[in-house]
Amino acid sequence: MKAASFDYVRAESKREVLQLLHEHGEDARVLAGGQSLMATLNMRLTQPKLVIDINRVEELNRIRNERGHLAVGAAVRQVQLTDRAELAREVPLLAKALPWIGHFQTRNRGTVCGSVAHADPSAEIPLCLVTLGGTVVLESLKGKRREVKAVDFFQGLLTTDRQPRELISEVRFPLAEDGADYHFQEIAMRHGDFALVALALCLRADGAHLGVGGVADRPVAQTLPLGDELPDALNTLAWSLGAQDDVHASAAYRRQLVRELGRRLIEEPSHARTR
Amino acid sequence: MNHPASEGPAGAGPLGRSLTRVEDAALLRGLGRYADDLATPPGTLHAAIVRSPHAHARVLSVDASEALAIKGVRAVLTGEDVKRWAHPFPVGVRGAPMEHWCLAVDKVRYVGEPVCVVIAEDRYRAEDALDAVRVEYEPLKPVIDPEKAATEDAPVLHEAVGGNVVNERHFRYGDPEKAFEEADHRVSIKVRFPRNSCTPIECYVVLGHYQPATGVYDILSNFQGPYALHSVMARALNVTSNRLRLRTPPDSGGSFGIKQGVLTYVVLMGLASRKAGAPVKWVEDRLEHLQASSSATNRVADMEAAVTADGRVTALRYDQIDDCGGYLRAPEPATFYRMHGNLTGAYGIRNLTVRNRVVLTNKMPSGLNRGFGGGQMYFALERLMHQVARRLNLDPLEVMRRNLVPTDAFPYRTASGALLDSGDYANTVELALRDGGYDELIRRRDQARAEGKLYGVGLCAAVEPSISNMGYITTALTPEQRAKAGPKNGAVSTATISIDPLGGITVHVSSTPQGQGHQTVAAQVVAEVLGVDPAGILVNVELDTGKDPWSIASGNYSSRFAGAVAGAVHKAALKVRARLANIAATMWEADAERVRFEGGKVFIEDGPSLGFHRVAGTAHWSPALLPENETGGLRETAFWTPPQLEAPDDDDHINSSLCHGFIFDYCGIEIDRVTGEIHIDRYVTCHDAGRLLNPMLVDGQIRGGFTQALGVALMEEFAYGEDGSFLSGTLADYLLPTAPEAVEPVILHTETPSPFTPLGAKGVGEGNNMSTPVCIANAVADALGRDDIRLPLTPSRVRGLIGIDEPPAPEGLEPLAAPKAGGPALQARDSVEVPASPQTVYDTVLDPETLRAIIPGCHALELEGENRYRADVTVGVGMIKARFAARVQLSDLDPPRSLRLSGSGDSAMGSASGSAHVTLVELDNGHTRLDYVYEVDVGGKIAAVGGRMLQSASKIIIGQVFNRLAQRLTGKPAGGLWQRLRALLARLFGKGGAS
Amino acid sequence: MRAPAEQRHAIELELNGETRHGSAEPRTQLCDFLRHDLGATGVHVGCEHGVCGACTVLVDGVASRSCLMLAVQADGRRVDTVESLARDDVMNDLQQAFSRHHALQCGFCTSGILMSCVEYLERVPEPDEAGVRDMLSGHLCRCTGYTGIVRAVLEVAGQRRTGESQQQALENRNDV
Repeated sequence: MKAASFDYVRAESKREVLQLLHEHGEDARVLAGGQSLMATLNMRLTQPKLVIDINRVEELNRIRNERGHLAVGAAVRQVQLTDRAELAREVPLLAKALPWIGHFQTRNRGTVCGSVAHADPSAEIPLCLVTLGGTVVLESLKGKRREVKAVDFFQGLLTTDRQPRELISEVRFPLAEDGADYHFQEIAMRHGDFALVALALCLRADGAHLGVGGVADRPVAQTLPLGDELPDALNTLAWSLGAQDDVHASAAYRRQLVRELGRRLIEEPSHARTR
Repeated sequence: MNHPASEGPAGAGPLGRSLTRVEDAALLRGLGRYADDLATPPGTLHAAIVRSPHAHARVLSVDASEALAIKGVRAVLTGEDVKRWAHPFPVGVRGAPMEHWCLAVDKVRYVGEPVCVVIAEDRYRAEDALDAVRVEYEPLKPVIDPEKAATEDAPVLHEAVGGNVVNERHFRYGDPEKAFEEADHRVSIKVRFPRNSCTPIECYVVLGHYQPATGVYDILSNFQGPYALHSVMARALNVTSNRLRLRTPPDSGGSFGIKQGVLTYVVLMGLASRKAGAPVKWVEDRLEHLQASSSATNRVADMEAAVTADGRVTALRYDQIDDCGGYLRAPEPATFYRMHGNLTGAYGIRNLTVRNRVVLTNKMPSGLNRGFGGGQMYFALERLMHQVARRLNLDPLEVMRRNLVPTDAFPYRTASGALLDSGDYANTVELALRDGGYDELIRRRDQARAEGKLYGVGLCAAVEPSISNMGYITTALTPEQRAKAGPKNGAVSTATISIDPLGGITVHVSSTPQGQGHQTVAAQVVAEVLGVDPAGILVNVELDTGKDPWSIASGNYSSRFAGAVAGAVHKAALKVRARLANIAATMWEADAERVRFEGGKVFIEDGPSLGFHRVAGTAHWSPALLPENETGGLRETAFWTPPQLEAPDDDDHINSSLCHGFIFDYCGIEIDRVTGEIHIDRYVTCHDAGRLLNPMLVDGQIRGGFTQALGVALMEEFAYGEDGSFLSGTLADYLLPTAPEAVEPVILHTETPSPFTPLGAKGVGEGNNMSTPVCIANAVADALGRDDIRLPLTPSRVRGLIGIDEPPAPEGLEPLAAPKAGGPALQARDSVEVPASPQTVYDTVLDPETLRAIIPGCHALELEGENRYRADVTVGVGMIKARFAARVQLSDLDPPRSLRLSGSGDSAMGSASGSAHVTLVELDNGHTRLDYVYEVDVGGKIAAVGGRMLQSASKIIIGQVFNRLAQRLTGKPAGGLWQRLRALLARLFGKGGAS
Repeated sequence: MRAPAEQRHAIELELNGETRHGSAEPRTQLCDFLRHDLGATGVHVGCEHGVCGACTVLVDGVASRSCLMLAVQADGRRVDTVESLARDDVMNDLQQAFSRHHALQCGFCTSGILMSCVEYLERVPEPDEAGVRDMLSGHLCRCTGYTGIVRAVLEVAGQRRTGESQQQALENRNDV
């Protein structure tokens, strides 16, 4: 299980990264934490001609709380957020979701933007980003800097709106709304596994905004009414996700978890398992 | 029970105490010497293996010319070379003309089967060249389900055999017909046991070095035995057995039976070295390991019990199919016969009828796996006993108690011939119930149920066989066939003790340990006998068939160490002690029987005393002082074989193992009604493994086996698609328990020494692999009141057993997919609306230019025949992409109503083929609705590592074809499913809309 | 830094406290480089896709999968492997506790687990059992059932708190 050959550049600046992406486009891959890319390289599932390492680009390794959101740069590791004491106040949903991502050892290197770039349908960070209505900032050498809504950015299984010459320079998580509660819940085969169903919840006085990961081919969030109408609304949401059978769980199981676990989370959020 | 390390007294000496392991210092410091850590000869090359992406296909051609042109590639070993130099592996059953070569020579019969070997200067380059070997396959219909494979119209794997049932035997013991006829009740159950493996963390390693001058294949590998397979390898290499020098490294990263399967690669790398004219090393990677090393068999068992009104079982009927995969690789069909003597478990059942069928399917070959055959057998037997209790409305515990082999019956000869050496089953059960808190568990169940929770209690009683009879496998043959082949029996173990001129003690055992602590226990045994400090003794566990004592039973399997190998060590130590006593007695002119060994001294009570090293040194330094019958030097080898292990008799009675431990397990589990997750409230496991030589190590074995069994019960299964694709190629797909899933069992012991082993010890390492899966299954059956329990009990499956009463889908959201029954086949349907008439659409599709444009990633399309094309296509999702040499075809043309678009291709990442049936429906607005139903088969690496994503990926890729068609006709992208859903949800939910 | 494919590039790193030099192609995994070029065979390779955890080492003090890093990425970094733990042939408190609690059998997964524990106990000096198990979920052990490992880690954490082996713990801290 050894990678095919590639050129390697250890980039020193964002401009260098953009320059290289401009020159090489689809033939290049950005290496951040490497927790997904390195495995696919080793398995030769992806065979880029060039790997651009952004681990030492200081300007991409920044976390900023500004203008109502938390902006997380491309080289910021997940552990940097778990270590951030104010995160529970700033983006409580993310603070609750982070411990569910993989393992301590993978969070040590895995990046926030890398998870967004990979767009695994069961990944926690894209789910939070979609549920909170966050955005993805894309930069390229010649093109316009784009800020794309997460809901438009994720286009399906491992598929995003990022164009080959663009770099995800940061993602932006809206800061906590006043009066809203945030909860995260996940069912997986084992601790740290890909979610069979992941639920991210923003609970407001007049409704629940529920994000679902691991079921559709991308994270999906939906505002649901509270009270008597909730079960029907959850049922509609469950069916809308196009759940599929795989070796670990049936589609019916996933839909049922959306309905029952979703309801449990919305109506008794304090019972959610934490990590 | 908790056995932490202690120096506390058990007996007088170190034996029986929980000494910490002598192995630990090296392993904890990263100084272990595993196979991949050892120095290689200068010029060693590295191998990578081209493997079949197909479950079943004819190999039409292999072209390695491009690979050989790559810089750094030195040779390619093909099936032609293998046919020239080697032989097929000998097969353990007669009358099955099945050829199994170390490389595919005519057909491939499972995904991952080796097709050729690329040998290069390093592994990275060898893998570069894999992609350059061109193999042309003709795919054949695979068969995956063992019951289907046993039917007459199933695709046949080995044409020369004529069918897939390669061995069938019927057995009858006592008078089962009469017992069933007279039974008050007949209770039956049909169960399926899944495929799984104990999956060591270190994979296979082989370093082959062919010596042309002597014709010796000198091969180092982390092979684990049994060394009966040395003969199999030598015959496959077409050399006399002294020309296969097989060595093992000092350390091995786990095996649990699985490293028996490296035998085919030992042969393969020997030949690779011969081909390359240099040493060749191969380190198996995880994907190779999961898809093509070895696994337990999956089994279908149909069972019936004849039962009296009070719950006594008078007869059992077994009808079993064992699925051995693509080839019957030695020692299969041993999975069946390892347990044959103890098919009646812990029960005194005198009447038994058995039908065993060994079936081949398109899966990796099966082999040794911890608990070998026991997990399968007890899953059937103990589910049946649970079922008997349910049917008779009795307490399952009561049914067990009434049927246990009585204490005064030992040694007890079972109906099928095992001699249960010792035990006190009834009292062990009572001890376990008392000390494990059974009554409290029942109260917890009552209380949980009163609170509306799903709580169940499961039980299992099992006999744990150890020290296999090397003749048990011949039970697969008829008595006539056995008579022709000559009798096979026994279990020779061996140990050697050398004492050097300064009194240093070195022990050698041929037990090829893989982490069990053999060095520690061997040192304890020798120290006990010679009265020396165990810390001073060195134990060498490397085995070199070229110079060490070994026999066919050597190796690390059937829990034979404590009973057999430690026994041989004891024998050898006694021989050494007898000689030393004789030497000392001569010096002191005393009676040898009065010479004692203790505290590093040799002495006579109230008499002369010398240091151990001085007495031992005499044999080297002063041979003239030795007694007359002494030869000088000090090295003793002991061989030991138990006389109780006889060949099967003419009525097929077989004492398949020397020792039979006893296990009684029970557990309480709670099930989450919503998620289907199983929470193990308490698991109690009580063992009688005879005399315990090192209790800490015994508990370590129990915990490890238990945790593996937990995996079998809850999460582990090698998944195959109906198309034969292998779907568990990564450790994110094949799931092993991690620390949060593991639970600590309550471990209890009782000791009934075996009268048949030198130290009274029995094996203990495999028991929970046999008992735990069914114990948990019985608890789930108890909690849910269900009979149809299948492993692994994943949350999804358990929730399915609880029942999912789904509210109907709102209009417009009915699932589009119509999954085929039974299995995760990739089949779905979708539709797209095109603003053109059906005729226009039809004509467009038939135009090659269109075809080229609508196939995503199509680099070239070239006409091959009418509506048939060759294409060069790169497809994928996200960053995962593969380039396929493909064939595309349009068929079943019914203009302008329907047609079929199909394609197939091979790439370095595997094979894919798909076919979409397209129907064009004219809509009221003059537009066309294009409906398509598609099926996709994906094989090889993509399926193995991407199983979780195959459905979505094929949906995307197929969807691209038709959306591009729509786009071509309209000039703008068609609304895909997602856009339509979003629009629909926006309508249903109003402003909130899906985001 | 630009490193063309199929050429070896010089790498300098601090391995277990010593400056070491070697060279590797861009695609070479860090674990392969540590094992085969620098001789740190205590680093074990179990899956090469980041799941089993056997190859875990500390990179600048942080537990990382060395199969998911390129050798060239370690240039200029500090890497610590299991070989760094014992001092003057004396095993550290964690290693000794592993032996006492029979926390290893075949030992193949052990080196990676020990390195995770080193960082974990630095970060979480007062762990509970659930926390230790959560930390261990990034490792696969097929032999032990994890019980001995959990006990060993909890015991060492307790000892370090009460200062029983404070001296030794301090030495270890200086090591990494």
